[in-house]
Amino acid sequence: MDAFYIITVSTLIAISCGILGCFLILRKMAMVGDAISHAVLPGIVLAYFITGTRDSVWMIVGAGMLGIFTTFLIEFFHKKARLQTDAAIGVTFTWLFALGIILISVFAGQVDLDQDCVLYGEIAYVPIDLWITESGQNYGPRALHISYIVLILIILFVRIGFKQLYLTTFDPAFAATVGISVSLWNYLLMGAVSMTTVASFDSVGAILVVALLVAPPATAYLLTDKFRNMLIITCVIAVVISFFGYYLAVYLDGSIAGAIVSVAGVLFILAFLFSPNNGIVFKRFMQKREAARMSRGALEKV
Amino acid sequence: MDTFFEFFSFSDPNVVAVVIGSVLLTASSAVVGTFTFLRKKALVGDAVAHSVLPGICLAFILSGSKNPLFLIIGAFVTGWISLVLIDNITTKSKIKEDSAIAIVLSVFFGIGILMLTHIQHSGNASQTGLDSFLFGKAAALVGSDLVTFGIVAVILLVTVGLFFKELKLIAFDASYARALGLPVKAIDLLLTTLTVLAVVTGIQAVGVILMAAMLITPAAAARFWTNNVKTMTMIAATMGAVSGLTGAYVSYVAPAMPTGPWIVMIISAVALLSFFIAPKRGIVSRAVSQRKLQYQIMDENLLKALFHLGEEDDDTYKGRTAEEIVEKRHFPKSRLMSSLKRLRREGFLTKKGSQWAFTEAGKLKGQRVVKLHRLWELYLSKYVKIAADHVHEDAETIEHIITPEIEAELERMLEYPEMDPHEERIPY
Repeated sequence: MDAFYIITVSTLIAISCGILGCFLILRKMAMVGDAISHAVLPGIVLAYFITGTRDSVWMIVGAGMLGIFTTFLIEFFHKKARLQTDAAIGVTFTWLFALGIILISVFAGQVDLDQDCVLYGEIAYVPIDLWITESGQNYGPRALHISYIVLILIILFVRIGFKQLYLTTFDPAFAATVGISVSLWNYLLMGAVSMTTVASFDSVGAILVVALLVAPPATAYLLTDKFRNMLIITCVIAVVISFFGYYLAVYLDGSIAGAIVSVAGVLFILAFLFSPNNGIVFKRFMQKREAARMSRGALEKV
Repeated sequence: MDTFFEFFSFSDPNVVAVVIGSVLLTASSAVVGTFTFLRKKALVGDAVAHSVLPGICLAFILSGSKNPLFLIIGAFVTGWISLVLIDNITTKSKIKEDSAIAIVLSVFFGIGILMLTHIQHSGNASQTGLDSFLFGKAAALVGSDLVTFGIVAVILLVTVGLFFKELKLIAFDASYARALGLPVKAIDLLLTTLTVLAVVTGIQAVGVILMAAMLITPAAAARFWTNNVKTMTMIAATMGAVSGLTGAYVSYVAPAMPTGPWIVMIISAVALLSFFIAPKRGIVSRAVSQRKLQYQIMDENLLKALFHLGEEDDDTYKGRTAEEIVEKRHFPKSRLMSSLKRLRREGFLTKKGSQWAFTEAGKLKGQRVVKLHRLWELYLSKYVKIAADHVHEDAETIEHIITPEIEAELERMLEYPEMDPHEERIPY
């Protein structure tokens, strides 16, 4: 049963992250996602310190705001100080992340958070942390409820705003001419990314969540050219990596989140090498065949 | 406060070692970072930093010891592999660079975490302290570790010094460097190697997670103070060294505190300050010069409008009310009034009752703007062959920018013409 809970929670989180990640990588904003996942840390620590609990609405809201603030800061440094984008991203997130780590050390006594949790989460504790009401009713693991609620919210967000997100991703100029605010949808998407990051924080930590945001969508992107298929494949990959990741971690007696990410990396490399359309092995094969055909054609002409 | 003096008197030999170590490490990564920054590969450093973790763990598993030499070699190998992978993924598939960086960074780190937790759970007693590579621990820099890391840092600095010109050239203009016959690929390889080495040395002080900051932030901050690469490298190194020194101090006073985040906080504070207050490039100075330009344009447009009014009824020095001016050319009320007052203060206008009139200086200034406008229109239609009804917009912008030298050149080229393309007299 423990295994079932852990795999379910990580699958739900991986799907939420993957759906948003599809938009991120097509917008060439993967590193902004990385920055946000680091930068929400001080928000999490402060919210934790103020409310004294890990799963409050305030934490989600606070971190969402901080994610949007990060996006704003990056834009601000880029536009107002003319700092190149990569440096703007690098300066912003390292600074906020460092602040978060220092806050954790300062509040070490008061806050039940440690650096390990930040790094790779504590998904192994999912089955222990139960949601029990005052009347004693046991509703099962708390993280399970959080993760499916987040997934529902993400699906609703993408469903309702699909047209806007799609257009601002693929053709921002056209989106602007038909009256869709590109920057508004950018900030909304980044807000969604921050909230998902926070919700996944307990399970996979602030750094490994980046892998869930980027690796499955990138793998799917190598396997298909259709956006809809990319979303579907991403979800399938989410299930696969959670399942195999869990058992790999059990086998090696290591971090579950680390193992899930490792499996995601293996899948990506497989797709990179053997994808039917884009894999480099397949491409090389096609090139050889084409070269052979050409040389045959050249001979026939002679 | 006692610890402050205790630390900065450098009487404790341990303190000296830690200070020398962390200053060397942070300064050398800042120097290398300058070039990755200029080459617009700042985030690649982030990827390398995360990717050295599995290397460190692997070296530990294979050697069973925490000998810094083995760890450095392990870190170097995986750091290198990560860069090769990013390069291959970007060039050989449709995945863009940002996604490639994010994937390599997070997957390598994930593998590293898997190994690290595996090592920790295995109960090997000698593994304690391995996790100080995550967030850095400058205080741990003593004895033989210091020597090893110090040597690498010195090698870094010397190499950058030797290849300074080449590195500078490919950072700004790789194709020009290629045209000159420089081995661009080899120099790029050198920069890559230096980046990996910088990361490998820096992690002892800052840790893998925040190492990216040591490569990016000092360079980004230094960029705001100078346009000269050599000066920029020096400034970045100094800023890095200062933050390294502070980190060593924090590590000394509060051993429970991770050093890396403090170093990053200090250097980030320096960078933020630079972004705002640096002369010329800083946000404040930019805003000030922008505001100045706005005022100048507003004032000149106002003087021009007054001059046009004077042309219409052949009485340049006649007083006009604000309403009359607005009728000639629309200005927002508040900006008009502040501009009028400013011009009066500067001696270009006088005020009688509610009427504003040119002074001698004001008339000349207004006349010059009108002249430049018409000269430019004539130049555009005569030399650039733009139709007369298309030249106004362009002249409207350029009239505020033309310098006296260009003005003289225009007059000479056009031979002091009488009329502009709209048959309006050009005033001299």
